Amino acid sequence: MRIRQGQFAYLPDLSEEELAAQIRYAIHHGWGIGLEHTDDPHPRNLYWEMWDQPQFGVDLPEQVLDQVRACREAHPDSYVALKAFMSTRHRQGVMLHLLVQRPADEPELRIERQQQGRRQGYTLTRAF
Amino acid sequence: MTSGNRQDRFKAGVLPYTEMGYFDADYEPADTDILAAFRVTPQPGVPREEAAGAVAGESSTATWTTVWTDQLTPYEEYRARCYRIEQVPGSDEQFIAYVAYGLDLFEEGSIANLTSSIIGNVFGFKAVKALRLEDMGIPKAYLKTFQGPAHGIQVERDYLGKWGRPLLGATLKPKLGLSARNYGRVCYEALRGGLDFTKDDENINSQPFMRWRDRFIHIIEAVRRAEATTGEIKGHYMNCTAATMEDMYERAEFAKELGSPIIMIDLTIGYTAIQSMAKWARANNVLLHLHRAGHSTYTRQKDHGVSFRVIAKWARMMGVDHIHAGTIVGKLEGDADITKGYYDTCREAFQKRDLSKGIYFDQDWVGMPGVMPVASGGIHAGQMHQLVGHLGEDSVLQFGGGTLGHPDGVAAGAIANRVALEAIIKARNEGVNLLEDGLEILRATAEWSPEVRGALETWGDVTFDYESTDTSDHATASV
Repeated sequence: MRIRQGQFAYLPDLSEEELAAQIRYAIHHGWGIGLEHTDDPHPRNLYWEMWDQPQFGVDLPEQVLDQVRACREAHPDSYVALKAFMSTRHRQGVMLHLLVQRPADEPELRIERQQQGRRQGYTLTRAF
Repeated sequence: MTSGNRQDRFKAGVLPYTEMGYFDADYEPADTDILAAFRVTPQPGVPREEAAGAVAGESSTATWTTVWTDQLTPYEEYRARCYRIEQVPGSDEQFIAYVAYGLDLFEEGSIANLTSSIIGNVFGFKAVKALRLEDMGIPKAYLKTFQGPAHGIQVERDYLGKWGRPLLGATLKPKLGLSARNYGRVCYEALRGGLDFTKDDENINSQPFMRWRDRFIHIIEAVRRAEATTGEIKGHYMNCTAATMEDMYERAEFAKELGSPIIMIDLTIGYTAIQSMAKWARANNVLLHLHRAGHSTYTRQKDHGVSFRVIAKWARMMGVDHIHAGTIVGKLEGDADITKGYYDTCREAFQKRDLSKGIYFDQDWVGMPGVMPVASGGIHAGQMHQLVGHLGEDSVLQFGGGTLGHPDGVAAGAIANRVALEAIIKARNEGVNLLEDGLEILRATAEWSPEVRGALETWGDVTFDYESTDTSDHATASV
């Protein structure tokens, strides 16, 4: 299944030029930019593994793209996400969230039901 | 004037409000004063200062006659004062009265108390023909006595794992009459298609055709299933509006037990009930959506009532996470500049006085998180560029008919909205001017997305071009 995460989950995968344009948008706003990767795309998996350190004060998209390429190369079968962070008061959070790699074979998710009297409990799990 | 001769001031009988000190052009508001801007239409023959003084008096310490018991109080400190009058441009009749109220006149953290003064008796006062509360300036000292949004915009985004774009929702339709099982079907289709949220309508509570517990049980099945088919977090605003607080708490508790990330209430439940539910939402880690049912009865007419920007301000103080705030382009009332003023009131950390948006006072929100404004009512994918262009990314765009009415079905309607939204955000980030060139982006998207194409072919020409009743006196450019 195609996991619908990242802010362009319903668009075709971004080309390198399109990705550079989005990175330029983050740079223009002065946001820090970092990468994360995982093989567990459960939507409640809040902390993917960090790749290297987030970069602050980036000047050129190429600085980030180099990082993206290195991360993809090291984890070819993982999800890789790019996040841009704004530090402004009242915000202090993610402003841009892009999936920049999906594994060729994406996992299926399913729900398991637990009988709880007259209603169901649900657990979202990976289908194997 | 000041109190002048004490014997004259307290002689039994009726004194003009100006002579009782309720109009004082020399007064400089303290930084702890609560400020209000009223649009006053006095009765013929009533001088402006007297009408303004009457508004200040009747919304604070005054009654119609002098009372000697005033002298047992520090009445000069407690009385409100109209400190400025501005004629409304283009009107001989109306003026804006700026009134300052001392902080001690109000109970801490209580919108019920604040409103009982500010919009209490005074709105029926005979000396004014019509009266409208245009805006309020809330001092930091008072603001800090309110909880504020149970979670706020950024925390909501962090919980949902959704950033960088408006969220998408749909009100399930028909708004009345579906059985719980069929209702859940519509929910599932809309969520699996790509919406983030679905929503009960304001008048879905617990009717004979669908009781609340049955609805909640079917809805949570739909929400969880949609999470499994998409891999993203979903929610449905479970409307907990009911006759009593006990009923509302019961419904909210059940929604929480089921794992619903969000519940909903209507504005009709009243300010105190809203504050109670906001407190519950903060304590129980459940987002709180407020539907502004009923507001147009008092917000829409420009000469009498309460501006919606004031309701939005109170809602942020009361502590909701979402509030409906207009669409500009949809089927419901909403001038562009005025609506932007509402959105600013929901989201900004600091607002500068800006009469073109109807903002009469600087407002420092002193760290109080923002409320997510919700755009809902007669909007469709063909307006996506205008919606994002006008309203920005921190909003929930709700397409009810605009999802469910898609020619290829509910899920296709949801996909159309999601694809259109993402294409517009991508273009915005690439530097495209959405209001000028956004339609081109949508047309290009329709080339590869049959769902967007279906939406544009069905609704592309639908607009609601009616003149707004509530517009700025100081309008700049409109849409």
